[in-house]
Amino acid sequence: MIFSFITGIAAISVVLIIVGTLYVLFKESSLSIERFGFLKFITSLDWDPVRESFGAAAALYGTLVTTALALIIAIPVAIGIAIFVTEVAPNFLKGPVGVAIELLAAIPSIIYGMWGLFTLAPIMSKYIEPFLQKTIGKLPLFNILFEGTPLGIDLLTASMILGIMIIPFTASISRDAFNLTPSVVKESAYAVGATKWEVVRDVVLPYSKLGVFGGIVISLGRALGETMAVAFVLGNNNQITTSLLDAAATVTVKLANEFTEADKDIYLSSLYYLALLLFMASFIVLSIAKFLLLKAENKLKA
Amino acid sequence: MKRILGLILALTVVLSFSMANAEETLNGAGATFPYPLYSAWAYEYHKTTGVKLNYQSIGSGGGVRQVVNRTVDFGASDDALEPKEIEKDKLLQWPQVIGGEVLAINVSGIKSEEMVLDSDSVCKIFLGEVKYWDDKEIKQLNPSLNLPHKEITVVHRSDGSGTTAVFTHYLSEACPAWKSKVGEGKSVKWPVGIGGKGNEGVANYVKRTPFSIGYVEFAYAKQNKLTYTLLKNPAGKVIRPTLETFAEAASAGNYDPKKHFYTWVTNVKSPNAWPIVAATNILVPKERVGENKKVVKFFDWAFSKKADEIAQSLVYAPLPEALKNKIRAYWKANGIY
Repeated sequence: MIFSFITGIAAISVVLIIVGTLYVLFKESSLSIERFGFLKFITSLDWDPVRESFGAAAALYGTLVTTALALIIAIPVAIGIAIFVTEVAPNFLKGPVGVAIELLAAIPSIIYGMWGLFTLAPIMSKYIEPFLQKTIGKLPLFNILFEGTPLGIDLLTASMILGIMIIPFTASISRDAFNLTPSVVKESAYAVGATKWEVVRDVVLPYSKLGVFGGIVISLGRALGETMAVAFVLGNNNQITTSLLDAAATVTVKLANEFTEADKDIYLSSLYYLALLLFMASFIVLSIAKFLLLKAENKLKA
Repeated sequence: MKRILGLILALTVVLSFSMANAEETLNGAGATFPYPLYSAWAYEYHKTTGVKLNYQSIGSGGGVRQVVNRTVDFGASDDALEPKEIEKDKLLQWPQVIGGEVLAINVSGIKSEEMVLDSDSVCKIFLGEVKYWDDKEIKQLNPSLNLPHKEITVVHRSDGSGTTAVFTHYLSEACPAWKSKVGEGKSVKWPVGIGGKGNEGVANYVKRTPFSIGYVEFAYAKQNKLTYTLLKNPAGKVIRPTLETFAEAASAGNYDPKKHFYTWVTNVKSPNAWPIVAATNILVPKERVGENKKVVKFFDWAFSKKADEIAQSLVYAPLPEALKNKIRAYWKANGIY
């Protein structure tokens, strides 16, 4: 009786906190919602505190581009790691590699940010970005992606760091999903003469497709909300650029940077509006992830 | 188990009460720029009087908001509030210490205090109109320097900041194009450049980015050993940034107790004043006479010779003596001294 009461309260409090957060964000941003509306706010490039004109387009663009790029960087590596740990690695390596991957997720993001600024950014600006400009940057279509002076403080560096940060999430969940593949099925595939590569491609991957996908979406949620690591290396410029070597801004970085000094009501309200948009976006993304994982589990049970 | 938990709870409550009573604490919040100084002062003050100062550096805007909501004993803000806001929120305000801003550059081969800039060239650089270091605008101010044909990377603050308010005020005053295109404020819509978080963020980006320029508090430029420029002031004289030239700007400023010391000391006419200077201010709730007396006691101590020496060693400029006396009179007039 007492036990079910206490756990019940704990469970319900989660729902209350989410609803409460949503309510506060909505209430605080009402001034800005009234003034700018929805479509105008998300399409306007203006972010001008002096003239009190606000729009979210640049911040949303920066958030989407860094998240998408981070996923492109992280997914192949993460799945590779998961395949190595579950199928390829000798037993004595499985443990240490697995632990190392999970420890990667435990490093605080501000440390990634500092590492990014002091180590990765100079490497990017001195070697990698000039190299990219000289090679792919010369191709038509790709040239617009690599214009400008390589400073190392830009969309590409931020996405690299984000990518590294989200690798452990996708890798761990993929690994667990791979482990769920019944060994009977794998063994019978080996029995009919399939190679290791064929087993991974034709048995393990299809079996755990949904699980892997769920892992990717959780990474996506993490990448959407990451703040400190990105704030260090993104350059925080409110603009939409085609070049990956330009500074940009994301929603979370804008919030972290401008919240304490926002002195006008409409300014503060617009920041809350940004937060509301991000809250809803990540909520939707994580709900999708949860749904996919559930579906995957049910399929395996059946 | 329950009993142990209860005991621990009771103990913590008792302990925290007794600790709170043992020491008197002043609570303040606000500007990040004077934070190193206020904590150095607090350390010294605690040693001599036993009174503790708890200062949270949350930013000028946050400091104003906290004191308006009456959650702290005093707030601190880099840009002074206008008299009508002071009256509306029933506050008192006075300047506490002076800071100057310099333009830090990263141009190979050029050392500190070698390059000269004026407000016009700074304005054009930050508007993105002067794009290269060998632009004729910069060349004519520095005929003897060997300037490279390299693109200028502008570095500004990405967070809202009193430093930005002072810098954009300086530009708005000196340069009509800046006033009409960008304006002034704690955060503005920057035409060009990349944004670093905090004074240290700008200092860092300038240090790491070749051919960049950024504005930082003098103290940060010194600590980070950044290369900084000289500036031509409105009197047409080329000035070095020093504590003396900062204090000179404050002496020339029109600090009026009737306006709660609201004024700007950027671009003052004195031929020996650095052009980008501002005082950082203290705000207290008017009705809390008892608490204010304690706050004032601390800040009066901070006007002492010993406190001035601490300030100078940390590259902050103490207020001129005449202004200190004006502030003491203001305290007296409001019954908190």
